Amino acid sequence: MLFKTLIGAAFVVAGVTTSAVAADISGAGATFPFPIYAKWADSWKKESGSGLNYQSIGSGAGVKQIKAKTVTFGATDAPLKAKDLDDAGLAQFPMVMGGIVPVIHLTGVAADGLVIDGPTLADIFMGKIAKWDDAAIAKLNPGVKLPSTAIAVIHRADGSGTTFNFTNYLSKVSPTWADKIGEAPSVEWPTGIGAKGNDGVASNVAGTEGAIGYVEYAYAKQNKLAWADMINAAGKRVAPTVDAFQAAAASADWSKAPGFYMILTNQLDAKAWPLTAATFILMYKKPADVAASNTALQFFGWAYDKGDDEAKGLDYIPMPDNVVALVKKMWASDFAQK
Amino acid sequence: MTSTAMEPTLAAAPVSERAQALKRMKSGDAVFRIMTQAAAFLVLALLLGVAISLFVGAWPAFREFGFGFLISDAWSPPKEHFGAAAAIYGTLVTAIIAMVIGVPVGLGVAVFLTELCPPALRRPIGIAIELLAGIPSIIYGIWGVYYFKPFMQAYAEPFLINTLGNIPFVGALFAGPPLGYGVFTAGFVLAVMILPFVTAIARDVFETVPPVLKEAAYGLGMTTFEVVGSIVLPYTRVGVIGGIMLALGRALGETMAVTFVIGNATHIPISILAQGTTISAMIANQFADADPGLFTASLLALGFILFIITFIVLAAARLMLARLNKQGAR
Repeated sequence: MLFKTLIGAAFVVAGVTTSAVAADISGAGATFPFPIYAKWADSWKKESGSGLNYQSIGSGAGVKQIKAKTVTFGATDAPLKAKDLDDAGLAQFPMVMGGIVPVIHLTGVAADGLVIDGPTLADIFMGKIAKWDDAAIAKLNPGVKLPSTAIAVIHRADGSGTTFNFTNYLSKVSPTWADKIGEAPSVEWPTGIGAKGNDGVASNVAGTEGAIGYVEYAYAKQNKLAWADMINAAGKRVAPTVDAFQAAAASADWSKAPGFYMILTNQLDAKAWPLTAATFILMYKKPADVAASNTALQFFGWAYDKGDDEAKGLDYIPMPDNVVALVKKMWASDFAQK
Repeated sequence: MTSTAMEPTLAAAPVSERAQALKRMKSGDAVFRIMTQAAAFLVLALLLGVAISLFVGAWPAFREFGFGFLISDAWSPPKEHFGAAAAIYGTLVTAIIAMVIGVPVGLGVAVFLTELCPPALRRPIGIAIELLAGIPSIIYGIWGVYYFKPFMQAYAEPFLINTLGNIPFVGALFAGPPLGYGVFTAGFVLAVMILPFVTAIARDVFETVPPVLKEAAYGLGMTTFEVVGSIVLPYTRVGVIGGIMLALGRALGETMAVTFVIGNATHIPISILAQGTTISAMIANQFADADPGLFTASLLALGFILFIITFIVLAAARLMLARLNKQGAR
């Protein structure tokens, strides 16, 4: 009996001490922004003293975890629709943006020597175009000597926000894709090799002659993969650069997007990279642990205000100031303050 | 010292003392029995618990798709249409390829080690095989993807496509672009993984063959091949089949190494050089992100099917062994 009381007392003491120190916050979800969240968490800990424990387990799993209320926030690349948010009592806001690039491995073709348009990309990922010297690719690339190597399509085998944005783009540019396959974190791929994670796709492309895949820009850069330029919605050839990602983000009108539901693929701006994507945070408007929730909001506020340089250093694009202002307005009005 | 201390009591109450000691020992035995019994029942309860919870979790998928779940190879999360055929097919075909390659080679190594190998080499080769059995499966996966897959893509697959691929009908099995990833690559990596199991167990049981039997056979003028075929294998078949079944169990359930090299394509490939998937690869890839509802239920249903397949394999092995034992007795 005495033993039990002692243990109970120990728990009470432990509970008091942890809440007295600034609460550590926990989050889980998308792998795409993991490098920048980790960096921000590191810098923020030095300033505020409270830590962040972020598990990059994938967007779908992030949504699952926040719905199960095991974490303070969930992170996802595939935003939830406004109705789903309201049903669950969740708030959603964009945190940072990035680009998805088609990466290729083709001996004899320069690093950015190829250009592909949306419908051709869809046909490649549907298996309709099976060789690199196909007329559709040759027509877009006059003057490039294309080998007749078989195309090895490499896609994600796990559920992924990157896949969601990629298939969203393919659905926008190819009616056949929209009809037969659709857009989702994991789809029924008609052809190709499935690999796990952005890094899995990157290493498979690096190791397979004739391969084409899609990864987040930072992974393409780190693995020194060759990419293809794209023809965007305005009909212009664009290379994947921070400027091109930013052009896509700037042309979006966030103020008219309920729940910040915004997909940045296939934007009309002449300079826009067609495969740009934002990544989102999900939090409860009326959380069980208000202290942790407030600490998380402090962290995100700090990241919006002071995290831009670190984001750019890792090839992410910070949210534009007008969007940040909208998000902060939503925080003030929607979150239960105590 | 004890004897002097014991003496008075021994004289005073010898019977009750003995009875007490016996009782103590008996109660100790009872505790021991209950504990071991509990452990045994725990295993049964666990098995049943796993089966039931898998089935309950999988029920929405079975209810929605019915028998069609087993024969459809659709796997489309956005359309919520799922079928297990591609995964079942891949699981069985990779396991069959692994057995076809792994079992003869494994038995061959065991025969060489016990019958033909110079004694000086016996230990090093034996230890090498035991080490091979201890390598974690992820290492085989890495080996498969970094060394074996490029080899398949550059040499083995083009060769197969240009030779066997040209034979009518059979050629379809060896068609397609040589990408390295595929059902055959996965089967081969599995063959390497099960090789040490087959060899280690076969070697151990081969060594139990009484020398007098073999000597008698040699004395009658039999060749080594005949001795192995008509003395060693018949004498040890129970153990050898046990080893093969253990290997088959590993081949059916292996996850990581297969996921690395099979290509994870969720449809049934005609060519064994094309990409496919297995039940465990599917679950490993998709479970973490699966939406609750039909998607998760379908993955659990896959798990339940793998459970049943493994159960059938083990039951078949038992049946086979029972029949062999009967024949042996006759």
